[in-house]
Amino acid sequence: MASTTALAYKERDSVIHKLTGTTKLVFFLLWSFGAMFTYDTRVLVGMFLVSLLLFKLSKIKWNEVRFALVFMFTLIVINMAAIYFFAPEQGVKIYGTRHEIIHLFLNYSVTGEQLFYIFSFTMKYFAVIPVSLLFIMTTNPSEFASSLNHIGVSYRVGYSVSIALRYIPDIKRDYHNIMQAQQARGLELSSKDKLIKRLKNSALILLPLILSSINRIEVISNAMELRGFGKNKKRTWYVERPFAWQDALAICIGITTAAISILVVAKSGSRFYNPFI
Amino acid sequence: MMTRPVIDFKNFSFQYHAQSGPTLRNINLTVYEGEKIVIIGASGSGKSTLVHCINGLIPFSYTGEIKGSLQICGLETQNASIFQLSKLVGTVLQDTDSQFIGMTVAEDIAFALENDCVEHRELQNRTRHAAQIVNIEDLLSCAPHELSGGQKQRVSLAGVMVDNVPIFLFDEPLANLDPATGKQTIELIEQIKQQTKSTIIIIEHRLEDVLYRDADRIILIEEGRIIADLHPDELLSSNLLTLSGIREPLYITALKYADCRITSRMHPQHIENIAVDDLCIEKVRKWFSGIIEQKPVLRNEPILTVKNISFGYTGEETTLDDVSFTVCRGEMLSIVGKNGAGKSTMSKLICGFEKQSRGSIYFGGELFDGYTIKERSRHIGYVMQNPNHMISKSMIFDEVALCLVSQKIPHDQIRERVYKTLKICGLYEFRNWPISALSFGQKKRVTIASVLVQEPDVIILDEPTAGQDFRHYTEIMKFIHGLNQHGVTIIIITHDMHLMLEYTPRSLVFSDGRLIADTTAIDALINEDLIGKANLKKTSLFSLAEKCGIDPENFIRKFIEYDRQARN
Repeated sequence: MASTTALAYKERDSVIHKLTGTTKLVFFLLWSFGAMFTYDTRVLVGMFLVSLLLFKLSKIKWNEVRFALVFMFTLIVINMAAIYFFAPEQGVKIYGTRHEIIHLFLNYSVTGEQLFYIFSFTMKYFAVIPVSLLFIMTTNPSEFASSLNHIGVSYRVGYSVSIALRYIPDIKRDYHNIMQAQQARGLELSSKDKLIKRLKNSALILLPLILSSINRIEVISNAMELRGFGKNKKRTWYVERPFAWQDALAICIGITTAAISILVVAKSGSRFYNPFI
Repeated sequence: MMTRPVIDFKNFSFQYHAQSGPTLRNINLTVYEGEKIVIIGASGSGKSTLVHCINGLIPFSYTGEIKGSLQICGLETQNASIFQLSKLVGTVLQDTDSQFIGMTVAEDIAFALENDCVEHRELQNRTRHAAQIVNIEDLLSCAPHELSGGQKQRVSLAGVMVDNVPIFLFDEPLANLDPATGKQTIELIEQIKQQTKSTIIIIEHRLEDVLYRDADRIILIEEGRIIADLHPDELLSSNLLTLSGIREPLYITALKYADCRITSRMHPQHIENIAVDDLCIEKVRKWFSGIIEQKPVLRNEPILTVKNISFGYTGEETTLDDVSFTVCRGEMLSIVGKNGAGKSTMSKLICGFEKQSRGSIYFGGELFDGYTIKERSRHIGYVMQNPNHMISKSMIFDEVALCLVSQKIPHDQIRERVYKTLKICGLYEFRNWPISALSFGQKKRVTIASVLVQEPDVIILDEPTAGQDFRHYTEIMKFIHGLNQHGVTIIIITHDMHLMLEYTPRSLVFSDGRLIADTTAIDALINEDLIGKANLKKTSLFSLAEKCGIDPENFIRKFIEYDRQARN
């Protein structure tokens, strides 16, 4: 339970929560663009520090994101190890100098350039992760649909995302009930049985679950149509918040970040910051 | 006041493309502005199809061939669009759970307005106003799963009211509600009618509950035809209901058993103001004293004992608090109480789905606590409310054999046991049929058979007859009663007062996690305190007995006795 609910939206009283969904979506996109565009270590470290500050502002507690962070951190470490393994001289190639620190074996050695390259690369992730977590955890799922709509995605697409989110708890409950009823018929699904058999028995839950979900879809699509869904090209949203000066500020910060990222690259003529020359 | 026709069927017939014959045949029906109409009919009579024709799902979502004409507020439906119709007819669907669209109550109510591009401030004002009318303004930020059945119904109602439609259509509004909540719903519908002067159409088969408040007309449908279009008083004076497989109000049944002639001049629509004359009272008394009761069978071999059970899903709350009771072998009893009182949780603890925090469960004198779900399943079977949630094979034989196959029992033994079970359940002839070809009641039997094949001593059934019409109800309950006669102990979780009265002599009443009464079903239905705490309703037989100056408890007991004999 804890791990599945950990990344869910939770209402809180913070500056970040008060921003409109659209602002957060636009900010998230600008910020990600900025972080992806440049490899400039100074910019990335700066972005990382700012994103930590934003995270602090949102009042999200550390233990709510711990699982996700540990998971992502593990992936990053694997990623970095793979980069080193397949391209140990990538840093040398990029920065054009070679400061060997220690030779390991064959053509593998640790160079200052490679370490700096990996550090910059890691910083890219670090600059984006807090902001994406922020986006997920501070945006009301129904506001998410409306913000997609505001940046030009059809509201039908946005709404289907919203409906899916709405029904996840129901389907989860169905799943739980069906599983218990099957167990009560003597089908072992607990750890007492062998894995293969358990998997086979789990498949027996699927048929009733799929049928009941299809039934749900029919009822819900009728209900939506009966209340005029799809009538107009546009629709309004109950959860919409008015656009405030904080939103303008947030978008300005987003644009500035993206602009800095582009300008720095344009000025130096390279996507990398080179401290070695 | 009833001048302008708002719904006008003229020689209207409808046939689904997938079906060989028409579902609605030559319907002629006019509903006038401000009327309140009840449409009744058994399952499969075509009443849902009629609803779909009025709200536009036919022909826009379900296609088929239409003959004749249907006009809603002067608009020919075939030439309109579903969106035009949705501005005229507001539908509250039967399953309020799955028609809940928004993530919160407020969004769900506002849904129709959002689709109409209503500007933000007005959107919020109108949403709040609709919520106030149905008294849920405190719940606006709640998520659907935090609401009770009655509250969900109010949200659905607010969601169509917000659009100021002139016609309200209720598709079996009582199907998933307990008796007390059902009563409130009918009251609420009446209140809306008074406030908005709108036209109300209610589709139901629980007639006695609908008639809690006056209706102008009742339309009786059978096999796609309208066979009666009468004032409630007139319809109740006729024999048409029984002939169409609809349950009459119990007081009407009792009066008929006593050989009283019911006329529309008696105003039989409500038990409160039905005029029962002296001759009639005399007849009822005579009938009452002529019934000889059979002695109840004494059962004293305990099979299931629950001792001081407490349980909570999370650390802080207690869902069950110090519950103790004993069930004897061969009993058939009901567990009643409002939603969230702990009924389902109790059965989950007995089956081993959850583990109690205090207390013990004994089965046949043996401590049950260390047993797994699988081990318990040999002794106690559990049947879910919705058979579609239990069925995981496509053929009947495979479904029933499922648990035996997983136990690696030899083939010939499996066949023997499955056949034996199918014979008991009256499904032997269908053994090679696909399950999808069965009716709801037959599917229910398949799920019971698939539990029964393990030869459990006790079967727990969760709402076995919810949403079923009288015919299916009788079919299912006769079958369960038959199993009980075979010696299987039956525990039924239910809201259905008829079921309690007719089939379960004993009732356990739960309220707020406590067992507040272990008594007779009759007592649970006449004791004001228990009725209030368990969301039940006082049976109309009670009032009839009072009117005739007979002790209600004796009267009800004798009525049930007579009724059982009359129906067999």
